[in-house]
Amino acid sequence: MASNHVKYRIGKSTFFKGLTILLACACVVPLIFILIYILQAGITKINWHFLTNLPKPVGETGGGIANALLGSMIIILVASVIAIPFGILCGIYLSENKKSKLAYWSRLCVDILQGVPSIVIGIVAYFWLVKPMGGFSALSGSVALAIMMLPIIIRSTEETLKLLPDSLREAGFALGLPFHRVVLKVIVPCGISGILSGVMLSVARIAGETAPLLFTAFGNPYLSFNLLKPMQSLPLLIFNYATSPYNDWHDLAWGASCILLIWVLALNIFTKLMTRKWKVQL
Amino acid sequence: MESSVDTKLATRPNDNLGRVASLKPQGTVSTTKRIKRSFRQIRAEKVFRRTLIIVALAMVVLVLGIMVTLVIESTLSIKSSGIGYLWGKTWDPVRDIFGAYPFILGTLLTSFLALFISIPFSFAVAVFLGEYFPTGWFSNLLKNTVELIAAVPSVIYGFWALAVLVPIVRSFESKIGVEPVGLGIFSSALILAVMIIPYAASLGRSMIHMVPSNLKEAAYSLGATRWEVIRAVIFPYTKSGLFAGILLSLGRALGETMAVTMVIGNTSLIPKSIFAPGNTMASVIANEFTEADHPVYLSALIELGLVLFLVTVVINMIGKRMVSRFTNE
Amino acid sequence: MESTIVKSVDYNAYFGDNHVVKNVNIDIPRNNVIAVMGPSGCGKTTFLRGINRMHELIPGATAKGQILLNGEDVLEMHPIFVRLKIGMVFQRPNPFPNLSIYDNVIAGYKLNGIKLPKAEKDKIVEHSLTRVALWKEVKDSLTKKGSFLSGGQQQRLCIARAVAMEPEVLLFDEPTSALDPISTSTVEELFHELKKNYTLIIVTHNMQQAARVSDKTAFFYMGELVEYDATKQMFTNPKDTRTQNYITGRFS
Repeated sequence: MASNHVKYRIGKSTFFKGLTILLACACVVPLIFILIYILQAGITKINWHFLTNLPKPVGETGGGIANALLGSMIIILVASVIAIPFGILCGIYLSENKKSKLAYWSRLCVDILQGVPSIVIGIVAYFWLVKPMGGFSALSGSVALAIMMLPIIIRSTEETLKLLPDSLREAGFALGLPFHRVVLKVIVPCGISGILSGVMLSVARIAGETAPLLFTAFGNPYLSFNLLKPMQSLPLLIFNYATSPYNDWHDLAWGASCILLIWVLALNIFTKLMTRKWKVQL
Repeated sequence: MESSVDTKLATRPNDNLGRVASLKPQGTVSTTKRIKRSFRQIRAEKVFRRTLIIVALAMVVLVLGIMVTLVIESTLSIKSSGIGYLWGKTWDPVRDIFGAYPFILGTLLTSFLALFISIPFSFAVAVFLGEYFPTGWFSNLLKNTVELIAAVPSVIYGFWALAVLVPIVRSFESKIGVEPVGLGIFSSALILAVMIIPYAASLGRSMIHMVPSNLKEAAYSLGATRWEVIRAVIFPYTKSGLFAGILLSLGRALGETMAVTMVIGNTSLIPKSIFAPGNTMASVIANEFTEADHPVYLSALIELGLVLFLVTVVINMIGKRMVSRFTNE
Repeated sequence: MESTIVKSVDYNAYFGDNHVVKNVNIDIPRNNVIAVMGPSGCGKTTFLRGINRMHELIPGATAKGQILLNGEDVLEMHPIFVRLKIGMVFQRPNPFPNLSIYDNVIAGYKLNGIKLPKAEKDKIVEHSLTRVALWKEVKDSLTKKGSFLSGGQQQRLCIARAVAMEPEVLLFDEPTSALDPISTSTVEELFHELKKNYTLIIVTHNMQQAARVSDKTAFFYMGELVEYDATKQMFTNPKDTRTQNYITGRFS
């Protein structure tokens, strides 16, 4: 009698193990399906013409996404220039000052910022930059994206530097190094792998962001280098063209999606591989 | 970091110059070079410390600024619509009647439905990676793949959902006798569910991984099966952590904009069923912001943004507090 | 008459309200090896770290009194100047893991941005490594990272790094407690050579080590300097009962 009950319990355990494995593997199916679909739909649309031309007006065939490619690169570059120094310095402050009051509130604010929906950041950037400047601009888009990058960079910098042993700092101070050199020449180089991976992940995150750009960079059908004027970006283009009723524009959107997807995934995978390589053996 | 002893330098700089000169120079030229350099270092050190403080302060100012901006820009709408805004059922920009209820409802419906669908999968991944297969090439692959789900931009999810998911839902709807629109709450919830799986999964995994093995061993030695150990030891132990993971996924779902906007149908009417089109707070802002042609309209949209901000921040903070309390125990 | 190089006058150290080092007055003669010993928590390490101003790096730590280096009060100077003249070697060897052996030795210059001509750098590296009996062992692998050396070699590298700065005094905080016996004796042999050019103050938990390597010994107990005498005298005929009890092993 008892052994039957035990058999039942063992059977139940095996069943749940099987169910867990099934569900876990099933999660991945939609992703793989989506990846394959996008690659298939988009890869045929990509050619040199596609990459170097501007979108054509409705009705004309052909056209490309050059303005979006360039625009994305510029906006991301400017956002990175703003966010990276800021983020790393803040991460350094938080890792060197674990107990101060300012560190507590600052950390709290970084946590809050991490949870703010991207569209809200777009709204705020609109009122801080677009309205005073009198129009949409790439700069306001970059600022919005920079705000989104900050929590990721700050977090990973702080976590990385916190893990470094105090003996490293002591060795630096004992040699007569001032605080800024202990941090910049000893601590940061030893933690560079974690810091860099945080930076790269933040770039990968904002490369695909659309919502903050909807009312800041706004989009631009022409090629532009002007930070003070509207600019197109890949995700914006995908959104606008995918939701339009024209098939030509849908084609452009598929090609753009393919490029964006490959770019973002490559960045993520590259970061994962490189982090291991850059790590300093303590 | 410096004690009171250091402040003496600040009050008598000249004395120290004299002191250093009297230190017997010993050895090579480099000693003098070192001492001269050290003066510049001391000044640079102060500048650096001050810069760090300014940057940390700037983060606080930034977040306060976000809150203040949202509140200020919403005041126009708050004054005109009052508290009834939250349960007002009509959103009519033409007649200046702004009720947020349809969007709050839409947000809750899509988010909770997505949560409901995704939780079994998130937990399966968490238990798979945290308990059954914590190491090995396959679990590494699964872990990285699940993380990649979170890396895919939401606009791509939206586009795919529009092109592939919506027609499938449309044919499903015609089979069950519902009006076959395809776009609507249900489709949004489906794509949202896929997108939020990684959040509860990764937090859950690390919580489950942290269960001390001596607790599990105690249960095993009493003759428990694997599943019973999971159910009776691991789940109770990680209860708050798993709940925090759910909150994290929920927070993400509430704020998601692009994928939802492309698939939800964008109507201001209250959805009659989960297969009907609707709108969420985030999606209506995305759609109507640039079309808001008068100040009260824009302010009403900002007020939505304020509500969204408060709700997501509160949920995220509760989740984070639960995690930190759990890991500090 | 040996001249005094370091002298503390009524030195007190605190962690917050905790009075950890009480009224220490000690004269340390030039080119000697001074052992500082005592039971755990007696304040010997805190006192040592006060000499090169490392004590105050801990939040809430304060100090009162004077520590004179060649007559100048170390507590009145900016810590950077103090540390250029007084080097320190720690309990766990801590070479910089991202720098090569060569760069580790001249780290005091390199990380401070002091540019020296290559010839001078080479000279300093060879000189310092020779002083710690490491030159022959590593001269062909100077570009390798410091973390590939054994524990004893790493500790000698840290001593070389401190020596390269041409300090007057070298402080050692239990320098061999993390090392195996053979490395320990190699490091102890160094002390004998190093004292020709530097003054060494060594905190040690190991009485036999104190007896082996030092000229004078200071015994700390509960934050106070209980006894300070020539090592031979201290170990054969201690004046204070507390010292007597410690040496005979009544408490450690």
